[in-house]
Amino acid sequence: MTDAPVTRGATIRVKLPGHLRKLAGVDGEVTLDVTAPATLGAVLRALEERHPVLRGTMRDPMTGRRRAFVRFFACEQDLSHEPPDSPLPDAVVRGAEPFLVVGAMAGG
Amino acid sequence: MSGVRVLVGTRKGAFVLTSDGTRKDWKVDGPHFAGWEVYHLTGSPAEPDRLFASQSGGWYGQVVQRSDDGGTTWAPVGNTFTYDGVPGTHQWYDGTPHPWEFARVWHLEPSPTDPDLVYAGVEDAALFRSTDGGTSWDELSGLRKHGSGPAWQPGAGGMCLHTIVLDPRDPARMHVAISAAGVFRTDDAGATWQPTNHGLRSEGIPDPDAEVGHCVHNLARHPSRPDTLFMQKHWDVMRSDDGGDNWADIGGNLPTDFGFPIDVHAHEPDTVYVVPITSDSEHFPPDGRLRVYRSRTGGNEWEPLTDGLPQANCYVNVLRDAMAVDSLDGSGIYFGTTGGQVYVSPDAGDSWSPIVRDLPAVLSVEVQTLP
Repeated sequence: MTDAPVTRGATIRVKLPGHLRKLAGVDGEVTLDVTAPATLGAVLRALEERHPVLRGTMRDPMTGRRRAFVRFFACEQDLSHEPPDSPLPDAVVRGAEPFLVVGAMAGG
Repeated sequence: MSGVRVLVGTRKGAFVLTSDGTRKDWKVDGPHFAGWEVYHLTGSPAEPDRLFASQSGGWYGQVVQRSDDGGTTWAPVGNTFTYDGVPGTHQWYDGTPHPWEFARVWHLEPSPTDPDLVYAGVEDAALFRSTDGGTSWDELSGLRKHGSGPAWQPGAGGMCLHTIVLDPRDPARMHVAISAAGVFRTDDAGATWQPTNHGLRSEGIPDPDAEVGHCVHNLARHPSRPDTLFMQKHWDVMRSDDGGDNWADIGGNLPTDFGFPIDVHAHEPDTVYVVPITSDSEHFPPDGRLRVYRSRTGGNEWEPLTDGLPQANCYVNVLRDAMAVDSLDGSGIYFGTTGGQVYVSPDAGDSWSPIVRDLPAVLSVEVQTLP
């Protein structure tokens, strides 16, 4: 990611895949207030705090390791392999773009 | 009038099938958890409207769901299964060490008396217990730490603890079965365990008579004879009359002694059911004929049950948790197939009919007999 670190809190829009929306009991996007710095790890923590049922569905609850078939995208970038303290793109922090949790394209 | 509720877990969701005691007309409800694998769905004997479901998938992992209204509504409970301590390694398929990693819950076994107490058998093999209705889970790690754990190896479906048999006389005593390790028994509520595999013989392991390493597929017991256990092994149908200490082959005249489920009639402790499957490499019935085999003599002498079952061009499988018996008069028998059929016999296997024909592949079938 090329954006400069964002040190302010932010309201982040999160788009979940259908299975996780249903599990969390939400329709459409989830809007999260994330305290600064607005990082990849911070948005996942906020999402799991808002919806505890999602703990373990995106990353291992003990190690924090991303589940193999879950991807994180934003602003046409793949953030899946970024470390948790990576700052989110500014457009996500400003609420102009959503943070996407995506189930890997695999049949079944 | 009494009735039954059949709980069906499939590759793509759960279904609840209900009927009155005639078991002729059925209401089909589902899919619940659509698109997810439901390895097991079962009810609490202590509180029959309390149901537990293991919902899992390769994408998003494990969720345990609970219903307190007989399956009408569900809510996620606990999905954190953390091994006690550093779990170490077991054998991989090629015999090399492989780290222990949680994959999914294969089987849920509620207490017969306490609606908040439920056990979970998981992959990689371990036994967990919840005392709060599935909200939190603790490993009974004496099993995994028994000492033989590094020698356990996966069966084709994974290294799973798939069978939990509680002793109706003593809540501290239970048997579990692991593929591929074998049967283990505890007499102290899970603190310590001993392998109970003497008499088993498996050609697929270096020492065919080894204490541990056998691919046990399923166990069954009649509550009136707690020390008698029936086993469907990878190959071989076996029986123990001393609580698992010793096993004897009861395959007798079966066309093949490979298979997955085994069950016992609700009112006749010597009436046993299996579904013979061609072989470990051909997971379908011999000759394309779906036959349940019944022994009324506790094994060795078996009769095929075919009335109402397809007797040509049938190449489905019946998985280990996909057979159940109700406790109505006559003992209804149920099983589900990988082709999505769920069959019922209201007369102990004499005749069969499909309840549903086109579900996703069936992973588990349980039945509750309701007042």
